Amino acid sequence: MKKNDFYLIIGILIATAIVVIFSNIITRKDTAGAVAVVTIDGSEYGRFPLDRDVTERIEHSDGAYNVLSIHDGICEITEASCRDQICVHHMSVQYNGQTIVCLPNKLVVTIENSNNDDIDGATH
Amino acid sequence: MKTKRIACLGLFIALAFVLSYVEFLLPLNIGIPGAKVGLANLVVMVALYTLGKKDAALLSFVRVVLVGLTFGNLAMLLYSLAGAILSFLAMLIAKRTKLFSITGVSVLGGVFHNVGQIIVAMLVLETGSLLYYLPFLIVIGTISGVVIGLLSGMITARVGRLFDIK
Repeated sequence: MKKNDFYLIIGILIATAIVVIFSNIITRKDTAGAVAVVTIDGSEYGRFPLDRDVTERIEHSDGAYNVLSIHDGICEITEASCRDQICVHHMSVQYNGQTIVCLPNKLVVTIENSNNDDIDGATH
Repeated sequence: MKTKRIACLGLFIALAFVLSYVEFLLPLNIGIPGAKVGLANLVVMVALYTLGKKDAALLSFVRVVLVGLTFGNLAMLLYSLAGAILSFLAMLIAKRTKLFSITGVSVLGGVFHNVGQIIVAMLVLETGSLLYYLPFLIVIGTISGVVIGLLSGMITARVGRLFDIK
């Protein structure tokens, strides 16, 4: 390994750490009015408020499915038909902007804060 | 030495194909979509340093298409192809600048492979929220790039001259 390799590796890791820390700071850790927005292949499937417990079986046109579960204010996918099961192993989400993705089923679950509509001006 | 070139390429493609299959059997399941060790990149790296850039590009392309058609579907093929092309370009540029050794080149390849995949996935799913995963994927790409780079350095040093057909 050359010296430059070390600089490159350390540079990449530091830059990534800075971005992660920065994005953690700007993510507001409040869960008030949080909604799980489910999108399939780019079009919205439904919105599920996190303050109401629900289990939704999402069927896809090709017979595939994902089971979305909301309980105790957190949202997770408990079951999926795909092979890799990444979305099932994914940690549960509850904060604004957090996302679970199932690439084989083209499913995206994103948390949005509904009181986020008045963005930029919001100080609460 | 045309025959030797064909034989070497065939050997390398078969090896990359098998390594992709091994990776397919043992998926890295840490809850991040697109996270991979990139075992097959080992072969591409060795090819890049022994056979030359044209053959390495061909090898990388054929491998992605073969693996995508055999084990995956069209969407997976698209992700892999975007990752493979971007990563190969990054490695080629990094190698040409002569700033980095084989390890640094491999790290850049690993990082850009994941970046390419995420970009295509964002286009396919029409969502920007996948950017959330990018930092994790970059870190994983760096780590696997170091491992693959060190390994391919050792392999190239030991058996590289066998394939030296330039």
